[in-house]
Amino acid sequence: MVIADFIPKNPGATLGFIVLTGIAAMAVGLLFMGIGRKLTARLQRRYGPPFWQSYIDVIKCFSRNSISHHYIMDLGSMMGLAGLLAAAMFVPVAGHLPFASTGPLIVILYLMPIGYLGMAMGVSASGNPLSAIGIGRALTLMVGYEVPFAVIMLSMIASFNTTGLLALHQIQQAGGWNLFTMPFGFIAAIIALQGMLAEKPFDTMIAPAEIASGPMVELSGKFLGMAFLQHAVAIFIETGIVVNLFLGGGRTIWEFLLKQFVLYMFAMALNGIYARYRVEQATRFLWFTAGSLAVVQLILNLLA
Amino acid sequence: MSDFIKVSRDEIMDGKMERVLDFFRARSMWMLYYCTGCGAIELPPSMTSAFDMERFGLGPMATPRQADILLITGYISVKTLKRVIRSYEQMPDPKWVVGFGSCPVNGGIYWNSYATINQLEKYLPVDISIAGCMPRPQAVLDMFQKLKNMIQRGEAVGYKKYKLNYDWYKKNQDEVLNREEPVFREDELFSAPPEQISGEKITAGGNR
Repeated sequence: MVIADFIPKNPGATLGFIVLTGIAAMAVGLLFMGIGRKLTARLQRRYGPPFWQSYIDVIKCFSRNSISHHYIMDLGSMMGLAGLLAAAMFVPVAGHLPFASTGPLIVILYLMPIGYLGMAMGVSASGNPLSAIGIGRALTLMVGYEVPFAVIMLSMIASFNTTGLLALHQIQQAGGWNLFTMPFGFIAAIIALQGMLAEKPFDTMIAPAEIASGPMVELSGKFLGMAFLQHAVAIFIETGIVVNLFLGGGRTIWEFLLKQFVLYMFAMALNGIYARYRVEQATRFLWFTAGSLAVVQLILNLLA
Repeated sequence: MSDFIKVSRDEIMDGKMERVLDFFRARSMWMLYYCTGCGAIELPPSMTSAFDMERFGLGPMATPRQADILLITGYISVKTLKRVIRSYEQMPDPKWVVGFGSCPVNGGIYWNSYATINQLEKYLPVDISIAGCMPRPQAVLDMFQKLKNMIQRGEAVGYKKYKLNYDWYKKNQDEVLNREEPVFREDELFSAPPEQISGEKITAGGNR
């Protein structure tokens, strides 16, 4: 492989696709968030906000004055969004990628913590002790859900000898969904996804009644808008990974989005009915319950 | 220095460009409810399934930094006033204050207490008040609709008034917060009891 391989043949179109993917990731994430709020409301027998409420919230956040405590805070929130947008570029949407790559899962799992680390850097600069507690919890939870996800990745290597999401997508298009061939791995992935999305029972990092919304405690105006967008992109990436790993990835873009939507709605339904774990309970659950399911799947894949 | 500066309506109202943003601000109001008094108990029923505040884009927020509306729910003691002012000044513009119940309007049943303030409007720019002791959730939602319309028309400009008349507000705040002489002087406490409005005698300090 030479350097010339990495230079795109049509740089203008590639740039266009990259920008389009970024905007689409944010728009889709915000739409899912809005519909998720509606679903939560209906579960609680309320009418709920309109499904475009998240767009209004983000525009309002950007229209307000914001208070920056340090230039690190500005950089941190931009770094968080940039890291997640970079990760979104490697998630194949129904086999489409903005530029030529294999959709490497290891790179995605490497870029995603940059979102959390940027957030950690930014909100720690605000100096609020509650945000430090929130970030501590977020990073502890990350240690929790990375373990089952890493084991799932190992079982993918054991069966298919690849971690490229594009290759996995093509394998499943030819030979059926991984959901049916590795059910234990899928359950582990669903539990890990719940932790990644920081929905109940794993919303220890936000916990509004306990640590006053944790990392977001000092975020005002534009910073809060950036945090909203970060969460929207994170929804797109995390559901996108599970769809590509287990649900066949989708033949068309609409099918892909529908599968993402179903996954997110399932997560929001769980969010609506569960209470919150403490952070050590959450990590223990992710390591032992989700982790052992993933290990069972790995052993089955190695024996097969 | 201490006169209240009055400006014309056109001068202080939001301009045309601002009013485009006001459309979104009016539809996504996040509130910080300051549980100073009994009024906070009326908010859970307004938020939950019976009245469902979230369908108007209203929601509770955890900290002053994130919130648009400061709800003063009930009476304010002098000690609380200090914290309320501090919370208000931590909120980023644009921000609105709601006086909730009769206590922030005229003191309510605590009108003659030495420990509470009677008119919130002297210390913070109140955008809208609801009367009642307590206002029911229907009244709360009606108030939010009125506030929404005010924001959308660019008329809810309390935060601009506060900036413009900061000296006036600061003087009033300092009068209460930096009060040095005792509220009841010693000779008042142990002399003949004062007469109430109704003429009925009370025994001040009678139990000592």
